[in-house]
Amino acid sequence: MSALNLTLQVWRQAGPSSPGRLVRYEARDISPDMSFLEMLDVVNERLQEKGEAPIAFDHDCREGICGSCSLMINGVAHGPNPGTATCQLHMRSFRDGDEIRIEPWRARAFPVVRDLVVDRSALDRIIAAGGYISAATGGARDANTILIAKDTVDTAMDAAQCIGCGACVAACPNASASLFTAAKITHLGLLPQGQPERITRARQMVRQMDVEGFGGCTLYGECQEACPKEISIDTITRMNRDFLRAGLSAGRSAVAGSD
Amino acid sequence: MELNARIPVGPIERKWDTHRFEMKLVNPANKRKYTVLVVGSGLAGASAAAAMSELGYQVKCFCFQDSPRRAHSIAAQGGINAAKNYRNDGDSIYRLFYDTVKGGDFRAREANVYRLAQISVNIIDQCVAQGVPFAREYSGLLANRSFGGAQVSRTFYARGQTGQQLLLGAYQALEKEIARGGVTMFPRTEMLDLIVIDGRARGIVVRDMVSGAIHTHLGDAVVLGTGGYGNVFYLSTNAKGSNTTAIWRAYKRGAAFANPCYTQIHPTCIPQSGEYQSKLTLMSESLRNDGRVWVPSRQGDTRPPSQIPEGERDYYLERRYPSFGNLAPRDIASRAAKTVCDEGRGVGPGGLGVYLDFGDAIRRLGAQTIRERYGNLFEMYERITDEDPYRVPMRIYPAVHYTMGGLWVDYNLMSTIPGLHVIGEANFSDHGANRLGASALMQGLADGYFIVSNTIADYLAGARLTKVDHTHPEVRAAREAVEMQTRRFLSIKGKRTVDSFHRELGRLMWDKCGMARNAEGLREALQEIPRIREEFWRNVNVPGSDAELNQALEKAGRVADFLELGELMCLDALHREESCGGHFREEYQTADGEALRDDERFAYVAAWAYAGSDRPPALHKEPLEFENVHLAQRSYK
Amino acid sequence: MTRVATFWDTSVGKKAVMAVTGLILVAYLITHVLANLLVFTGPDRINRYAAILHSTGGALWAARVVLLVAVILHIVAATQLALRRQAARPVAYAAGRQPQVSTLASRTIRWGGALLLVFIVFHILHFTTGTVHPDFVELNPYHNVSTGFHNPLVALFYLIAMAALGFHLYHGVWSSGRSLGVSPPSPDPLRRRVALVLGGFIWLGFTVIVLAAWLGVIPGATR
Ligand SMILES: Cc1cc2nc3c(=O)[nH]c(=O)nc-3n(C[C@H](O)[C@H](O)[C@H](O)COP(=O)(O)OP(=O)(O)OC[C@H]3O[C@@H](n4cnc5c(N)ncnc54)[C@H](O)[C@@H]3O)c2cc1C
Ligand code: HEM
Ligand code: HEM
Ligand code: SF4
Ligand code: F3S
Ligand code: FES
Repeated sequence: MSALNLTLQVWRQAGPSSPGRLVRYEARDISPDMSFLEMLDVVNERLQEKGEAPIAFDHDCREGICGSCSLMINGVAHGPNPGTATCQLHMRSFRDGDEIRIEPWRARAFPVVRDLVVDRSALDRIIAAGGYISAATGGARDANTILIAKDTVDTAMDAAQCIGCGACVAACPNASASLFTAAKITHLGLLPQGQPERITRARQMVRQMDVEGFGGCTLYGECQEACPKEISIDTITRMNRDFLRAGLSAGRSAVAGSD
Repeated sequence: MELNARIPVGPIERKWDTHRFEMKLVNPANKRKYTVLVVGSGLAGASAAAAMSELGYQVKCFCFQDSPRRAHSIAAQGGINAAKNYRNDGDSIYRLFYDTVKGGDFRAREANVYRLAQISVNIIDQCVAQGVPFAREYSGLLANRSFGGAQVSRTFYARGQTGQQLLLGAYQALEKEIARGGVTMFPRTEMLDLIVIDGRARGIVVRDMVSGAIHTHLGDAVVLGTGGYGNVFYLSTNAKGSNTTAIWRAYKRGAAFANPCYTQIHPTCIPQSGEYQSKLTLMSESLRNDGRVWVPSRQGDTRPPSQIPEGERDYYLERRYPSFGNLAPRDIASRAAKTVCDEGRGVGPGGLGVYLDFGDAIRRLGAQTIRERYGNLFEMYERITDEDPYRVPMRIYPAVHYTMGGLWVDYNLMSTIPGLHVIGEANFSDHGANRLGASALMQGLADGYFIVSNTIADYLAGARLTKVDHTHPEVRAAREAVEMQTRRFLSIKGKRTVDSFHRELGRLMWDKCGMARNAEGLREALQEIPRIREEFWRNVNVPGSDAELNQALEKAGRVADFLELGELMCLDALHREESCGGHFREEYQTADGEALRDDERFAYVAAWAYAGSDRPPALHKEPLEFENVHLAQRSYK
Repeated sequence: MTRVATFWDTSVGKKAVMAVTGLILVAYLITHVLANLLVFTGPDRINRYAAILHSTGGALWAARVVLLVAVILHIVAATQLALRRQAARPVAYAAGRQPQVSTLASRTIRWGGALLLVFIVFHILHFTTGTVHPDFVELNPYHNVSTGFHNPLVALFYLIAMAALGFHLYHGVWSSGRSLGVSPPSPDPLRRRVALVLGGFIWLGFTVIVLAAWLGVIPGATR
């Protein structure tokens, strides 16, 4: 395949409170074997050679696992290929002459830091509200004393694969973090070790999700499609079940602070 | 400088127990009076921060990503070793210890390795208790796979995402402690210097990467879990942000840097596809359980792999190392790949690749089984290369993956600066000259959950620290030095981007200090690096300001340090006139091309001490004694 | 009480309330459409049904109260969730967001709901109080229905409202099982056969009645 010439419309915003806008850049001579982020690297190199500030975007592993990369590409979170994070998207998915619009995730809970970089710490606070098993270091008994059916672990693992990228929020018309929250509730709630805290976990995480200002879930299903790990909205069903059970039973109800 | 490893006396099996009994303790009520600064939130940092907070210390934890969950450990694929012997295949703590010392080509400290093997079993228990969804058999028991350099099956895994699941376990424990108030987390915060007062590590200087503000944090001890420095090669399997800055600044403040030249080149990575390439992607070593490595027997054979008949294929690992075959250790497998490519038998663009073929495994086990075992890796491969590995053999090539070298630490994981502890990939401790697969995760968690969380008390209880505050002259000086460097970057306004320097350095390091090294090349590199560095400080262009999120500025700081580290690596590689593990000096090899160690002269840890910018660093040696494992030429034949 | 309050305070709790009230309305509509379909059997059965219903007195009012409370809770929750949704994304995507898999039904659920609200008010004035019915006869639903759609505007309004209802249910019947956490896991979670059948049936049943009455083909009725 030969090189691509593309037009980019990229969201540029100097800081959290500055106004932003889409700015047009030409991206010439792009190899189809490049990853999307390598294409942006090339654009950035050229910008810097002209003395302009490079486009800021989050990235780290570039292997689709750290969850840093987070671009809205032509109105689709992580771009056109299902089950693929932005860093794993390759330019062969585009045609010569295409116009590509690139925006940050948008949600009240994800304020823009700069250009395409947003603050996703709200997701950390949802985990802090209960997304763990309180097993202090040291006291664990032999790992094989609790048997866990292969199916159960496999289903838990399906949910545990969440990379915390926030694409589910970005793609959701409600800007809901339900899929993210539900993935963790499902992962831990399926395992025997997760049972003691299962109900309080669901209650606290759901409440934190609301405190952070995410929307509710209308079951649009967009999140599942955007999710680079193809996590199923079945997890949302499970979160709702656990939460409703929490509502019908007593228990702790502290909500972790948010700021 | 005196290198006192403080290895406890007594038989090796008892050393850790004895030591734990003899160490000083901090009483529970006093723990909260101590503040520990943990830099890094990877397996090592996150587990250390969580465990110390659980014990009662006040912990501050720092990472440069936007969330601690994104530390580079998240990318580890294949698995974690533990001497559980669940398979009844003859494994034991002693065997894991033995394999690790041998795999490290007898350049690791026995006592540390033995402790690591002992703790390995607790790690699995701890992680399962936290809800890490390790793969299981239909019986409900934990499953295992084999990894390179071992003849037993002792690797625990969670699909191809073991590092992710282990890190999320540690991250969740960390978030639990954050919610409880024991840990204060500082994401998007980069450590740019270490503060040493009265010879002790007392704090760090950091940059808030969002506002650009420079802050100082003070405490009673500092723990660095900042990962490896493989990115000195520009192209590596490490995450883009992985850097040497934290340990390099600590080195410049007096911490000895051990074995900087020991670099692991991983044999199974996706070959580079072009100049623009920004990183290399690892294909987990676990693939070698079922994939067979081969190249055409004939040079320049350009037929597609399916048309090369069985008789004209060279399964060179199986041929050269019949007992370990495709599971030969990494350094050996990598060099073997380089050898066949140098012979002109490589495949793919530029002849820089060998096949990793699943044809036989698919015929034997069915595509479904292979999909279950490696499905996500196969998908990743296809996404990157646009080739379907179920039908066409994968093409792989070695790439920089891990750095065995790091800051020198004693048995307590404390560096030569009292109070500065170093854990995980950032230290040099356990892997000698070559790390076995699935052992880094083990080491990171052992260091964090079980070792430093205990040994730090020994330091704190005996330290008698004076109170310091932010107005202390050393604190102000460190802070001002950082501010000055930042301003300097911004004021150069040269013509070249930071990345262009990084790429130049990386290519040089790969050519001269990569998979194979020789004195001549290393000398050339030692000439070249200062030249690149000089141009960097004259001609780099860092746009923007210091009071904002400025990714070019962040990179500039990291590359400036790589430009110094590269020189130390070459110096170390040049001085070590032997081949061992990942350090292969072309002058020192056996007749059949295997690494030739020189135990007479080089059975020591080379610890380099900074002596100022205008003087070469001083070499200190920690002799290695092998009382339990017999020094022998490593053989995997 | 506080537990109820905190429950209502969360998005998941509110959504469960919507699902329960929605399902109450669905249950009512199933009987309602079946009852109204009796119109095709002539006046006897449907009028007898109405007579029995009205003769129960207390039970009828009880049912009315349940329905009213359900509608109110459903609407209040819907409104609050809609406000939460608006607040959750104060800055819209400048280049738009492209829906990938969400159904048109799900994306129009709020507009459809609002239309249904208007419809319900009109409908009660139409058939329960007779206020807007040109020829209302107390306790004679057969007559009221078969003569209620001579005005094409009324008929058209009903047809549109019924389409909105069908859409609303195509999404709502499916999603309510998930909101309540009772749907079983599925390899294709977006598939919704029950909702298609149920929503389709209710839409079709009402639509046929409206069309038949409009076209004057209800057995035994005169134009
Ligand atoms: C692709 C890949 C696959 C691997 N697979 C395996 C495997 O299967 N099994 C195995 O055992 N090992 C594997 N390894 C090796 C292993 O993953 C790493 O060695 C290990 O995870 C390192 O952990 P760490 O905690 O020491 O450092 P990291 O996980 O690298 O964490 C470093 C932390 O330090 C922070 N940090 C760094 N610099 C600074 C600074 N200046 N200021 C503030 N914070 C800083 C970072 O933000 C991060 O939180 C793999 C490695 C790679 C690259
Ligand atoms: C005839 C009456 C109605 C019936 C049978 C009905 C039924 C339902 C059902 C079953 C749901 C799904 C709930 C869930 O997913 O948990 C639903 C959702 C919804 N309904 Fe209704 N509804 C009716 C009237 C209305 C009215 C009058 C409105 C608005 C004014 C409305 C607005 C909504 C909205 C907005 C939702 C989606 C809520 C969300 O997921 O955010 N509905 N409805
Ligand atoms: C073609 C469509 C419909 C027809 C012909 C129809 C017919 C009627 C009739 C005849 C009555 C009066 C019953 C009586 O008082 O004895 C009635 C009442 C009512 N209908 Fe419908 N209906 C239709 C659709 C709907 C729809 C779609 C809804 C809800 C969304 C609805 C809700 C109601 C309600 C709430 C009442 C009042 C019940 C009461 O309290 O008495 N109807 N309908
Ligand atoms: S659920 Fe999927 S889309 Fe959402 S944060 Fe996790 S990985 Fe990303
Ligand atoms: S797209 Fe949004 S509405 Fe629910 S199903 Fe997914 S979170
Ligand atoms: S950069 Fe790590 S997931 Fe994309």
